[in-house]
Amino acid sequence: MKFAVITFPGSNCDHDIYYAVGTVMGADVDFVSHHETSLAGYDVVLLPGGFSYGDYLRCGAIARFSNIMPAVIEFAKAGKPVFGTCNGFQILLEAGLLPGALKPNAQLKFVCDTIPLNVCQTETMFTNAYEKDTCIQLPIAHGEGNYYCDEETLAQLKENKQIIFTYAGENPNGSLENIAGITNEAGNVLGMMPHPERAMEELLGSTDGVKFFQSIINHLRKVTV
Amino acid sequence: MMYAVEVFVTYKESILDPQGEAVRNAIHRLDFEQVKDVRIGKYFEINIEKTEEPIEEVVESLCKNLLANPILETYRYNIKEVN
Amino acid sequence: MTVLEPTPQEVKTQQIYLEWGLTQEEYQLIEDKILKRMPNYTETGLFAVMWSEHCSYKNSKVVLKKFPTSGTRVLQGPGEGAGIVDIGDNQAVVFKAESHNHPSAIEPLQGAATGVGGIIRDIFSMGAEPIAMLDSLRFGELTDSRMKYIAEEVVAGISFYGNCIGIPTVGGEVAFDPCYQGNPLVNAMCVGLIEHKDIQKGQAKGEGNPVMYVGAKTGRDGIHGATFASEEFVDGEESQRSAVQVGDPFMEKLLMDACLELIRHHADILVGIQDMGAAGLVSSSSEMASKAGSGLVLNLDQVPQRETNMTPYEMMLSESQERMLLCIKKGAEQEVQELFESYGLDAVVIGHVTTDGQYRLYHEGKLVADLPVDALAEEAPSYNKPRQEPARISQFKEMPAYVPNVTQPLATLKELLQQPTIASKKSFYQTYDAQVKTNTVVTPGSDAAVLRIKGTNKGLAMTMDCNGRYLFLDPAIGGKIAVAEAARNIVCSGAEPLAITDCLNFGSPDKPEGFWELWEAAEGIAEACETLTTPVISGNVSLYNETSGQAIYPTPVIGMVGLLEDIATVTTQGFKQAGDEIYLIGETASDFNGSELQKMLEGQIFGQLTDLDLTKEQTRQRLLLQAIQKGYVASAHDLAEGGLGVALAEATFEKGLGCEVNWENAACDLFSETQSRFLVSVHPSQKEAFEAMMEQDKLYHLGQVTEEPVLTIQLADQRLSESVTTLKDLWEGAIPCLMKSKA
Repeated sequence: MKFAVITFPGSNCDHDIYYAVGTVMGADVDFVSHHETSLAGYDVVLLPGGFSYGDYLRCGAIARFSNIMPAVIEFAKAGKPVFGTCNGFQILLEAGLLPGALKPNAQLKFVCDTIPLNVCQTETMFTNAYEKDTCIQLPIAHGEGNYYCDEETLAQLKENKQIIFTYAGENPNGSLENIAGITNEAGNVLGMMPHPERAMEELLGSTDGVKFFQSIINHLRKVTV
Repeated sequence: MMYAVEVFVTYKESILDPQGEAVRNAIHRLDFEQVKDVRIGKYFEINIEKTEEPIEEVVESLCKNLLANPILETYRYNIKEVN
Repeated sequence: MTVLEPTPQEVKTQQIYLEWGLTQEEYQLIEDKILKRMPNYTETGLFAVMWSEHCSYKNSKVVLKKFPTSGTRVLQGPGEGAGIVDIGDNQAVVFKAESHNHPSAIEPLQGAATGVGGIIRDIFSMGAEPIAMLDSLRFGELTDSRMKYIAEEVVAGISFYGNCIGIPTVGGEVAFDPCYQGNPLVNAMCVGLIEHKDIQKGQAKGEGNPVMYVGAKTGRDGIHGATFASEEFVDGEESQRSAVQVGDPFMEKLLMDACLELIRHHADILVGIQDMGAAGLVSSSSEMASKAGSGLVLNLDQVPQRETNMTPYEMMLSESQERMLLCIKKGAEQEVQELFESYGLDAVVIGHVTTDGQYRLYHEGKLVADLPVDALAEEAPSYNKPRQEPARISQFKEMPAYVPNVTQPLATLKELLQQPTIASKKSFYQTYDAQVKTNTVVTPGSDAAVLRIKGTNKGLAMTMDCNGRYLFLDPAIGGKIAVAEAARNIVCSGAEPLAITDCLNFGSPDKPEGFWELWEAAEGIAEACETLTTPVISGNVSLYNETSGQAIYPTPVIGMVGLLEDIATVTTQGFKQAGDEIYLIGETASDFNGSELQKMLEGQIFGQLTDLDLTKEQTRQRLLLQAIQKGYVASAHDLAEGGLGVALAEATFEKGLGCEVNWENAACDLFSETQSRFLVSVHPSQKEAFEAMMEQDKLYHLGQVTEEPVLTIQLADQRLSESVTTLKDLWEGAIPCLMKSKA
């Protein structure tokens, strides 16, 4: 079981997610540069947070044209787990792997905080380790996390149970229906604004992110058994 | 032969533009109550060399694939021939 | 197109150098003693910028000599990009603070952003990985609409740069006083972590070794920024305020990653590395050569340029951001180029090292400058300007003791909690990513920020502090207090203070009163650093913070870093659980001069300051630190602006607990700002051990932490009681309310 952390120029949470998966969870993990074109040998792809290409033009808009992205799209189409947090979520949306778009926060400012989230679905490959109807605490840190999609898409998201995380308290960015994280229709691509990789140790205030990565590991064990 | 292209990208009409609202509110604080609506967008100046490919197609493709996010944004452009 | 520059004769007869801040005596020194000929236009420009206060410290050198700069842990004192302190296990902490006041007054967003970018380069140019940022900000009152704009934009600039580059902004301070109306202060501090083996120097040595330019291209931005930073503002002279640079944090992130890879994995080919900061290429290159006793030849045609027709003068003085200068071993050019190319960056050879001590610049085949490099980088004249005590000081000393009239202490407390200097700064720091890199144990809002060091049990505490009001009343005592308070913040978090960096923000040293303030403040800082054994390892000086003759309060901001040997002993200011015992350490006197209460009630500050007993301070800090390290203390908070009343309220906010306190004092004493005091809470099981340990000091048992979120204080003649939620809402709402209000 091997995780790939894709690094784009300007990614800055790449080491954090590598540490969370490698050191805290004890899983096998590699950095994979945006220069690469293949993801052969990997079982999970992680798109880290940060400001890929300075987030110039639009967040994630330029990263989508990196050499590695065709391989990421192919990996996702094959039904394997792809996870993007924060800037990674933005890249997945720009690449069309997830529906909708992210706008600047409603208050027009960057927001860094630790906030409560509802885990809406626990049957997914990303959330199976959480109890049903739980509320967890995860850090957020973003300037453009205001999720938007048209009504038709929203109806589909609900219908297919693609809304995985919602903000449980005050909505920090004005997102539609308090959406914090969604999957694609097949359920193997998840994007979310909060950072589970920042909630891995008691010393730093929350360990609610551990079950997130545990879920992916559980899922892979099941698949390989 | 070159083309000087100007591209304007703005939010679609149905999309809330909080930056535009913030600017309108600031304008109202300056007592210009007659200002009813402000929308903010992006403006690009692009110089493109003439090739076989029709210039409109090149610009359309640039806008659709990179400069605008079709889920949120719309675009328009002006093309001018220059030497 | 050829640009016609004035001839050497014209430079001299038209006294063009005066506009650049070089005096006639300095010009004559260059002509008669150093060059023994007239300097040309370019050479005059180089001297003007290198001999500015910002680059040469010509007015402040005599003052900076007072500071203790060595200690058993100090690996690098002032003189390099940043200072370095050993923390054991072959690791060291690297830190420095720098002011970006003038650029921020002109263009607050970019001014603050490039201030952050500049200090980060200072840290990674030493070979360290930057791990945290702090910012100390001073604004005028938020009732002024321009001030609101400046505050908003400065905060946005810090957020923009720090968040994008991915270095957490973990702490700092923001204070407000009318004296900063025309001269806001933006001081940024960066802390880095380094392995001893990676420590670099900014040096260019080894005959024939190439000098390489890496990073962004050079434009005309910020020319003479260093000189502007050495002049005061005059109202209505907007053209003078034209030194704006624009920051690109994305470029800096790539540059940082590339430089750190070069340092860590290609150490064998790297000779020296330095940031191109103030005075850009001339300052970095001449300092690198001068430090190593070398000379340098630069070919300016090779300098990557963003604009056309740039003159040698413009290229040498440009303060374009995100650029570094390297000296590498001959033959390794391609290795360096390939490394930078993998990050999408250019690396260009622009010159080489010589041994004759001359600094030679070629442009379009012509020799355009030929100077002894030491004269440029090291031998600026140093002045010991006349100093005189300002008239206000003796007036303050003659004033009768000021005792405020507090009849309704609850109303006073509520009003104090809403004073911008005391009120919560959450609406500012919430826009900073404080957690990226997943090391931040104590996020903004407590006395000091604390980071863990991955792979060890250690932690680092860091803070920035200064109360300019105290320095206005008495710069020497105020200087002592600034250092002592920074140390209190560090101790309260459970860390041992290691060393300091400083940003000396003052008015004009050309006025005897201004120079006296700087002199006295430095005396106080030096004395406190000696007693508290926190040497000064880096810093900067920002003088001429005046608008139309009106100087700011003397504001020497102290940045301090402390070490926690065991991160498990980390402590914060908030009460932890109901039933814990609350204590006040230290006696309380009627210290209201320069206090928040005095400013609030009288609209100004005045009177004499009580001297600070540094020995008592040090003993008390050591004792409290031991108590924390032994695990006796649940929470610790230093008493600062607003005194015990404000400290008690703040201690309840973290967890929304209450407290029941009994204090047989007069109502006004609740807000006295007597120094060297701490508010601590202790779990009942540790009560005895704690009391026994503190026996030798002044310890006052105040009461208990309560489950019910109500703050209750029984004073000598009255009782006050209020919901913690109400108090917290006032405290948190004050600044957002001021920022939103129309004015």
